[in-house]
Amino acid sequence: MAASWGFTLFLCVLLMVCRGLSLAGEDPDQTLSSSGQVKALNPEIDNALSSNHGTTGEGGHAVEPITTLPIVSWKWHHVTTPYLVALWILVSWLCKLVIEANHHVTSVIPESALLICFGFILGGMIWAADKVQTFRLTPTVFFFYLLPQVILDAGYHMPNKLFFTNLGGILVHAVIGTCWNAASLGLSLWGCQMGGAMGDLDIGLLQYLLFGSLMAAVDPVAVIAVFEQVHVNDVLFIMVFGESLLNDGVTVVLFNVFDAFVSLGGPKIDAAEIIKGIVSFFVVAFGGSLVGLVFGLLISLLTRCTKNIQIIEPGFIFVLGYLSYLTAEMLSLSAILSIVFCGMCCQKYINANMDENSVQTVRYAMKAFANGSETIIFVFLGISAIDKVIWVWNTGFILLTLLFVLVYRFIGVFFLTWILNRYRLVPLEFVDQVIMSYGGLRGAVAYGLAVMLDENKIKEKNLMVCTTLIVVYFTVILQGITMKPLVMWLKVKRAAVTEVSLLEKLTNKMFNHTLVAIEDISGQIGHNYMRSKWKYFEENWMSWILMKPSARKKQDQVFDVFHQLNLKDAMEYVTEGERRGSLEFVRNENSIIDFKKKSESESFDINNANMSNDHGAIRDPIPSVSLEMHEQIMKAVREAEAINAHHLLDQHLYKSRKQHRHRFSRSHFDINRDEKEVQEIFQRTMRNRLKSFTSAKMGVKPPKTIVKHTQKEQQQKMPNGKSMDKAKTSYSGDEGSEGDSASGYDQSYMRATYRAGAGIENPAFMPDLDPMDLLQIPPWLGESELDSSMVALSHRAQVDLPRTPSNLRRLAPLRISTRSTDSFTLENIPDTQQMDSDQLQPPPPPPRPPRDDGYV
Amino acid sequence: MGSSSSSRNKIPNAQELMRQTGFSSAHLLRLHDRFESLDRDNRGYLSPDDFEALGGLAMNPIGGRIIEAFFSSGQDTVDFSSFVRILAHFRPTDRNRNKEGTQQELPSSRTRKLKFAFQLYDLDRDGKISREELLQVLRAMLGLQVTEEQLQSIAERAIQEADLDKDDAISFDEFKKSLEKMDIDTKMSVSFLK
Repeated sequence: MAASWGFTLFLCVLLMVCRGLSLAGEDPDQTLSSSGQVKALNPEIDNALSSNHGTTGEGGHAVEPITTLPIVSWKWHHVTTPYLVALWILVSWLCKLVIEANHHVTSVIPESALLICFGFILGGMIWAADKVQTFRLTPTVFFFYLLPQVILDAGYHMPNKLFFTNLGGILVHAVIGTCWNAASLGLSLWGCQMGGAMGDLDIGLLQYLLFGSLMAAVDPVAVIAVFEQVHVNDVLFIMVFGESLLNDGVTVVLFNVFDAFVSLGGPKIDAAEIIKGIVSFFVVAFGGSLVGLVFGLLISLLTRCTKNIQIIEPGFIFVLGYLSYLTAEMLSLSAILSIVFCGMCCQKYINANMDENSVQTVRYAMKAFANGSETIIFVFLGISAIDKVIWVWNTGFILLTLLFVLVYRFIGVFFLTWILNRYRLVPLEFVDQVIMSYGGLRGAVAYGLAVMLDENKIKEKNLMVCTTLIVVYFTVILQGITMKPLVMWLKVKRAAVTEVSLLEKLTNKMFNHTLVAIEDISGQIGHNYMRSKWKYFEENWMSWILMKPSARKKQDQVFDVFHQLNLKDAMEYVTEGERRGSLEFVRNENSIIDFKKKSESESFDINNANMSNDHGAIRDPIPSVSLEMHEQIMKAVREAEAINAHHLLDQHLYKSRKQHRHRFSRSHFDINRDEKEVQEIFQRTMRNRLKSFTSAKMGVKPPKTIVKHTQKEQQQKMPNGKSMDKAKTSYSGDEGSEGDSASGYDQSYMRATYRAGAGIENPAFMPDLDPMDLLQIPPWLGESELDSSMVALSHRAQVDLPRTPSNLRRLAPLRISTRSTDSFTLENIPDTQQMDSDQLQPPPPPPRPPRDDGYV
Repeated sequence: MGSSSSSRNKIPNAQELMRQTGFSSAHLLRLHDRFESLDRDNRGYLSPDDFEALGGLAMNPIGGRIIEAFFSSGQDTVDFSSFVRILAHFRPTDRNRNKEGTQQELPSSRTRKLKFAFQLYDLDRDGKISREELLQVLRAMLGLQVTEEQLQSIAERAIQEADLDKDDAISFDEFKKSLEKMDIDTKMSVSFLK
């Protein structure tokens, strides 16, 4: 708690500083120049920039004759706008930080509500200092800079299948529901005014309808923010969320039409105008979606050929997404629909086309932008409230609006769902409908539209803005807070925490085919049939054009899940290895061989069974998931996860001198894989070995490292050897023969292989180097090695010392052989051998060095 | 309504079927029409050839299996009542009926749906999905997109995931358990036209 107060204090200080700066920089003509009245947060940046530019251009030192050379000068005007923008972003995000630090609060009150409350506080501070609201959310900033980010993210992460399965229902709610909301609210308010419930207001029917239309739309930002924390079932979520996204088209049209009608004036509106309004609805909605689709396809096409500029590849998605928004806006089509469809359309293809890293980047950057601007939106919704100008109180109007908004939402949803349920495969349940109605949150879109109203045409604009704000607060704060308890209380089906499983995916796919077949047999064209046709078209045409040939192969869902699972395992594998203190077992082929035998030993099986079900088993001494994973890797060496694991491994195992180079390069982000460097590693290793070998031969006391490593190997070999003997005796011969064969011409042989360039980047190759290298080995590795060496010395001294030439002759080459040969080729041998005993085991694919290496 | 009740008489023991399958009489009538149009020779039963004549089914990667499911009892003909009984697996689950609990389990219940799906995998009907059977399904559905080794490792992994008793095969119970969280009701239902 203390921490959070500290933070709040810090925020206050920041704010004061920020305000102080703005005051210090307050310059009469600049205040006037930007928008006449109160200065809004970042008025159109262009404007601000140009005005700033103007002042600096003529001003600067030129205004006052220079008497002396200023060493530093205070140039607040120079940076005002960007500085304020950055500062406000910082403040908003800090608010979020404070909020998220208190989990017991956010579990009760949704974050969006808290952010609004923080906005109140901040607004209050500004108000107290300035006596006028200096900052508020302007429509320009909201619609041009904040909203697109949120919506693009929503579109990009849209679960497409779910969305299109429920598209009918969503559209009905989005179109008819919104019209119903707008009309009913406008008419009822008008009726109430006629009945004299609100006193004397200068609002006509058309203006009521205009107000109704801006209040009608469910707000995507608010919906995401609240529903994200509730985790209702998928269908319910997509119904509310999809509606909130799509009804924007309707809102914008309704708003524009009524806005035009208001300016035209009642008498001039005839049937032709109304028909035009209806036509414009379709044009706006479909045109917007079309623009989005076009841009989506454009992005997909672009990502086909961005292989060489991987670093800025993710940028295209953002830029083109934003352009699709602006283009639609320019053509006065629905911008939100445009960006939604753009995101939805391109998601599949860009995920397939781009590099995995870029995909991750897009995903994270998208979330970062969306989350960031969502935070800013809510904070500023709060700040905007603290403004005396807009507070025009009319109890009747405000309360009636609140009531109607809520009631008509319920009526609309229940009525429409009742109709829909007659056609739905799985009807929406009653509780779902309650949540859908209750989830009709209004938000910043409504506020933005309200602020856009023209004061000259609508006398009571401030009342409308104020009412909108109250409705927004009511829905976001009150309904947001009560949503979770309501969901609990009604026992709404929640989203299951899904653990992807292959069998499930497979069965899922099978169901799809089955349903198509059943529709075929029962002779009807249902949506399964349509979906299969679409899929056919998509696979044969769309993918062909939009996807890279290499990506096309891998696009199967089942395969994708398999890939994901393997990736996850690889991560766990490495983490687990590190947790154990070392990745030693990766480097040692013996242990792998041993793991492969696991199916024959009971204990391993039990381990695996546990492992697949609960994660508690991680505490087991042997990480069986990892072991199992290793088997997977070995079997599908070609898979990217092998590369991934190796990538991680060689990052950890050997830190070269030049490793920092890539940080300076803007276009290459790869870990340094210089050939020279590898040579160097090899040579160092070999020199080392040679030294130890000769020194041992000469009877010189061997360096510590040797002892350590021999010991370690023996340690590992011991249990493995045992189990191997038990399992299969012929097997253990493998290693010995390896050693023997290599023993004759050890060094020269090795060097030759080495120069050939085989298995250079193999992580199994690195570890035993001169003691200096210990410094460069990651701490966990280093420690454990040191540990084992301590034990080793004392332990070994008692057992045997490898100083007799015969002993040495066996040991040294053996070590070289296991260390330096490519582990892939080595592993191949056991694999094929194992085949004999185990018929079920498929032959391993031909080993291949990782693909993403530096040399081509 | 009069016409429908009169033509309902065409269908042998319609009442019984409706009770067993949960189809309404309108559904039954439509399906009966369909049955007759599939049965081109008016023999009163369908043979596998009748199914194979359907274009869409021939293109379906697991079309063969589905046809087989209709002839599961070992005969090579299927009459209208068994035709309907198979299709009834794909009705959406009715919640109300299940709550009453007095009636026998309808084919559209969760377990029956799962059983049906299970049998699509289990070709040799030994009550277990073996690795080989899984591979065949995989091969049919993933086809040329994936190499044989990858298929094998997918099959291997899928078995390992679900296989609780370590017999290297998936029994029905294991199958059911591993699909516990899946929304079978929506995923294995077709809205039958009336």
